[in-house]
Amino acid sequence: MAEAPGSRRERLKIFLGYASGVGKSFRMLDEARRRHERGQDVVVGAMQPQRSPDMEELLKSLEVIPPQIVDGVPVVDVQAILRRRPRVCVIDGLAYNNPPGSRHPYRWQDVQELVDSGITVIASVNLQYIEEERDKVEAITGKHVTQTIPKAFLYGADEIVVVDVSPDSVAGRAAETGGSEEKVAQRLSSLRELALLLTADIVDRQLETYLEARGMDQLWGAHERFLVCVTPRTNASQMIAAAKRSADRFHGELYAAYVEQPELSPRDREALDANLAAAREAGAKIEMLGGEDFVATIVDYARSQRITQILIGHSLRHNWWDRLRGGPIDRLIAAAEGMDLRVFPH
Amino acid sequence: MPEPTPKRRGRLKVYLGYAAGVGKTYQMLADAQELAHSGVDIVVGYFESHGRSDTILRAQGLEVIPRRQMEYRGAIFDEMDVDAILRREPRVCLVDELAHTNVPGSGREKRWEDVLALLEHGIDVLTTVNIQHVESLNDQVWHLTGIRVRETVPDWVIKEAAEVVMVDATPQALINRLLRGAVYAPEKARRALENFFKESTLVALREMALRETAHEVEVRHVTPAIFDDSPDGDQAGAPERPAAPSARILVYLTVDSSTPLLIRRARRVADYLEAECYAVVVYREGELARLPADRRAETERLLNFARNLHIETRTLEGSDVANTLVDFARLQHITRIFVARPRYGRWRWFLARNLIHRIVRKASDMEVVVVADRGAR
Repeated sequence: MAEAPGSRRERLKIFLGYASGVGKSFRMLDEARRRHERGQDVVVGAMQPQRSPDMEELLKSLEVIPPQIVDGVPVVDVQAILRRRPRVCVIDGLAYNNPPGSRHPYRWQDVQELVDSGITVIASVNLQYIEEERDKVEAITGKHVTQTIPKAFLYGADEIVVVDVSPDSVAGRAAETGGSEEKVAQRLSSLRELALLLTADIVDRQLETYLEARGMDQLWGAHERFLVCVTPRTNASQMIAAAKRSADRFHGELYAAYVEQPELSPRDREALDANLAAAREAGAKIEMLGGEDFVATIVDYARSQRITQILIGHSLRHNWWDRLRGGPIDRLIAAAEGMDLRVFPH
Repeated sequence: MPEPTPKRRGRLKVYLGYAAGVGKTYQMLADAQELAHSGVDIVVGYFESHGRSDTILRAQGLEVIPRRQMEYRGAIFDEMDVDAILRREPRVCLVDELAHTNVPGSGREKRWEDVLALLEHGIDVLTTVNIQHVESLNDQVWHLTGIRVRETVPDWVIKEAAEVVMVDATPQALINRLLRGAVYAPEKARRALENFFKESTLVALREMALRETAHEVEVRHVTPAIFDDSPDGDQAGAPERPAAPSARILVYLTVDSSTPLLIRRARRVADYLEAECYAVVVYREGELARLPADRRAETERLLNFARNLHIETRTLEGSDVANTLVDFARLQHITRIFVARPRYGRWRWFLARNLIHRIVRKASDMEVVVVADRGAR
């Protein structure tokens, strides 16, 4: 049916949960119900076997295209759905490997085909089934999963919604993870944090794409970006350690830049290499910059990377403080408009 | 006021959203229904349906404590009736819109103060708030939206919560909801779409809320011990979080329009680092006595603002500002000094630069953070 003018049609919408039992499927079906009530043509293409009474209730009002069961595995009946051509199709659970001989090896590829043929898909997935998150999740739960979907599939979704509930309302949680109450709560909380941060990253990327596509300028999101200025003269290890702590705590990004200087003495070269190695070790993205003027070069680079905080060392031994002209730190304070400057003693 | 100390403080649960219409109230009511269903004594202290039919439906069957009608300047306002709730003594009370400012004469100025009163009396509270009302994010929100949000909740109130959950919806869904008229009346919806509800703004606010919630989860529950599966990983009591090398923050306050921004930023960093936070104003000897009344009042206002964010404040006097500041910092084992980035204007810039210089030079064993106004980029 006709939607309000100006509304955009999304193609793939994914509900992300941090554990099973958080209520993704319910949220998804509830949305399907609301769309159905608004007159959209909605079908259900796959449901998880365990269903709460609430969900059964919701399902009653929706049309279901049952999956085929091949070797005991439910396989989305892509052909039947394409024949039926609904506007919206609900697929509960994305991370399934289809049995050999199926249309596609993985269910997420079935979904991709539906989306490509113009059907909006609403799907759900648990954090543990995302390929790139699998190791982290396994370190928390001790459980290994074999069927996964690539993170790129999530990045490709038009919409992602995180289903966030407190760990004490996760259904059947004790059976899910085992161990003492407190440990279970902690495990679930760790998973929760991962899911929230993953969603934030996806959202951050969406924001960047959005801004780029519209040629819009920088916009200040919630993301901290730290830039360490590396020089040969100073021992940067303390500063790099502080930058890493900040980046970890704020879940931000770490950068290190060196503005190339001519004619380094072997000793300076060595100190510089040690500093750069320390920055690399800390996980910083490293950039060697060429430029006449140290301050202008650093500030230009910082702007291009949307840096929020610049970290720089100052040496008391070297006479940096040229009162009349203003030393590099002065000039940096003046030039780095909109960025914090953190000055470290050496 | 001497009151009988209750045996147990109530638990606070916060439903955090990033805009009106994401479904905070709806989610809170759904949880309330479930609690009521399982026999928990729960009442609605205050809830705002905004005329949304789904939300109204969800509230059905819940016991509602009637609001108190307040007259102010000839108009009637509805406020939550805290006394009536306290008399009713429920186990759990639902209170919508934590950031609300009460009409003058209501007793407490802010709804979050009402909520604290309920908690003190042992009543659990479920409440809702949007990310833009968190005090320490006020500047960021301003830069993002161009709107200076006036109704804020201090961060420590959110920290009080035993649980913070994010109520998520996608910006597109929200915009569609708005266009369908499901959030606001048409005129208000049109204005909203031009301001707060621009898609890029919503995306950025959403990211902010996701990161904030992740942080709230981390500080409450995530400890390195969970990676330790050895039998004695289950020690009694909550395991310690990794001790950050005990950061201690000092904010140097001056009477300047950028100072609230400096205070908020320091507060935020202190929260992330779990650091102690102090703020000082420094006067030259005899200066305080000669200070004009308006300037004194302005300073007091800033100090109060810091104290409301649970920052310990001091007023120092000394013959030299930089010396006095750094000496105090050293005495307090401060690791970071926060100062505001000086703004242009030749003479002021020169003086401020000089001061920052001298602070950096003297505080050779501390980090000096020159905090900029991010809106200035």
